[in-house]
Amino acid sequence: MHLYILRRLLYTLPIIIGVTIVCFSFIHLAPGDPISAVLPENASADLVAEIKAAYGLDQPLPVQYLKWLYHVASGDFGTSIMTRRPVVSEVLPAVANTALLAITAITLSFTFGITLGLAAGFSDRRVTDRSVTAFAVVGISVPHYWLGMVLVVIFAVLLRGLPATGMGPAGTHFWEFGFEDLRHLVLPALTLAMIPSGVLARSVRAMVAEVRRQEFVQTLKGKGLRRPRIFLHIVKNAAPPILAIMGLQFAQLLGGSILVETVFAWPGTGFLLNAAIATRDLPLLQGTVIVLATFFVLTNLAVDILQTAIDPRVRRT
Amino acid sequence: MSATVETGNVASTPRAAPKRRKTGGFWRRVARHVMRDKLALVCTVVLALIALSAIFAPWVAPADPYKTSMIRRLLPPLSPNYILGTDELGRDMLSRLLYGGRVSLAMGISPVILATLIGGALGVTAGYFGRHVNMAIMRVVDVFYAFPSVLLAVAMAGVLGAGIFNSLISLTLVFIPPIARVAEAVTTQVRNQDYVEAARATGASAPRIIVQHVLANVTGPILTYASSLVSIAIIISSGLSFLGLGAAPPIADWGLMLNTLRQAIYVAPINAVLPGAMIFAASVSFNLLSDSLRTAMDVRA
Repeated sequence: MHLYILRRLLYTLPIIIGVTIVCFSFIHLAPGDPISAVLPENASADLVAEIKAAYGLDQPLPVQYLKWLYHVASGDFGTSIMTRRPVVSEVLPAVANTALLAITAITLSFTFGITLGLAAGFSDRRVTDRSVTAFAVVGISVPHYWLGMVLVVIFAVLLRGLPATGMGPAGTHFWEFGFEDLRHLVLPALTLAMIPSGVLARSVRAMVAEVRRQEFVQTLKGKGLRRPRIFLHIVKNAAPPILAIMGLQFAQLLGGSILVETVFAWPGTGFLLNAAIATRDLPLLQGTVIVLATFFVLTNLAVDILQTAIDPRVRRT
Repeated sequence: MSATVETGNVASTPRAAPKRRKTGGFWRRVARHVMRDKLALVCTVVLALIALSAIFAPWVAPADPYKTSMIRRLLPPLSPNYILGTDELGRDMLSRLLYGGRVSLAMGISPVILATLIGGALGVTAGYFGRHVNMAIMRVVDVFYAFPSVLLAVAMAGVLGAGIFNSLISLTLVFIPPIARVAEAVTTQVRNQDYVEAARATGASAPRIIVQHVLANVTGPILTYASSLVSIAIIISSGLSFLGLGAAPPIADWGLMLNTLRQAIYVAPINAVLPGAMIFAASVSFNLLSDSLRTAMDVRA
């Protein structure tokens, strides 16, 4: 067990290094010179060289990368070109806002998805099964940014019941979270919850149906166990893969919230990323991507370890 | 997350049978199964309609999709001469939706095709040769797999700059890792089969074995998996346009139309959400069709 965790951790390290290399290369993939954004149009060659030296861009790439990595590892993501503030102080509040949205959405979708999936998996009525499957297909195939717009049209434009965009007055002061903030949270959270709900409903349904077909269920029935007990046995057997899917969905949610945040003008990481792209603020873009990607990798790691702890069968090589 | 690119579900296992049967044939059997599935048939019809009306848009569309009119802006659907109303510049919505299918469908399908070719080649190579080759290829693939798919697409497109070509590159990059992983997994299974061993024993060269024995048995699962990505690709590519990173105005593109009409959501809510309905229709159809394909390919079914 400990050996597995250690091996899994060792395997994660090169992945994270790879992720930083990709993020580092962003600056050099961008068309034009990375410093063109800060240079005046008619900059002299001397000035260009001077600024390049100031940003350390005159050194060979591996040296630049290592220096940059050293800074990133110590929490210094550089300075935003547009606001001239440290990237960290831009990214952290955005991460908090995205986390609030993502955690609400994932709680909703776990509740919906698992309930619907269990209902469909255990029900012997075709109607239940069919309607849950239909819901799941819609959830998986709906463009969530569009779903957000449709919800805005229904609840904000036609019914005028909920605010269409923005975050409540509490902003990042979560301790002041009140009713008005809750109202702002409803539509984006519902929108964001739709896809994971669909994915989960479908997987839970398939998993339960598969476990129900296994022979041990017949044995349990033959032994005369009551239905609730059998239910527990099935759920226990279906749980580990579902857990993995839940973890993956949560991780994907953070990336997927980019589009939903744009629709609702939610001041999170997606919104920040958009602003960074619009103003070609590469350090800010790099910082945001690196934080989100690292979080994604770590979530997957946590899920893997948790899964092994619960179900020793999945302990791979 | 829309873009939940999962590699988990490689339902169909490679068949260790001679690659072609005279009667019926594998692909014909699959086609027959799909045709018998009513839902899949409906999806095929819907997709065919969308695709054909996009291809023949110049003949089908009632008006010029680029002709603006300042006095006829944001007319509601069912207005005279404008069945689906007009957009924020007074252009005919129906015509723009029909024309929009060209860019939107192409941008959804072509990255998956490109990624299947590249990712498939990488995965099969890694799976067949194993060891160091596998390590070298798959570790790089893992790095790109370590990004949430939407994030990677948006970040790449954002770095490269707006435009159809750049968003095509970013989308292809997003779909290479999951396809390569599936291809690698299936190929690793096939390569340990007896018939591959036998071919190797007769002295067949690696390229020959790959083409004749491996590819014949891995294309099915790879294509099934790739087909499940088309729906996600349409959603993400339209999403890029929605963020202003894809097609540039005044091109008719569903994602871009959603973006520009969003400002008018209070004035003309129905018009504003119409382009999304097209994205949704296309994505649902592709999804159901790929589901049907998966069941058809599965030997157990």
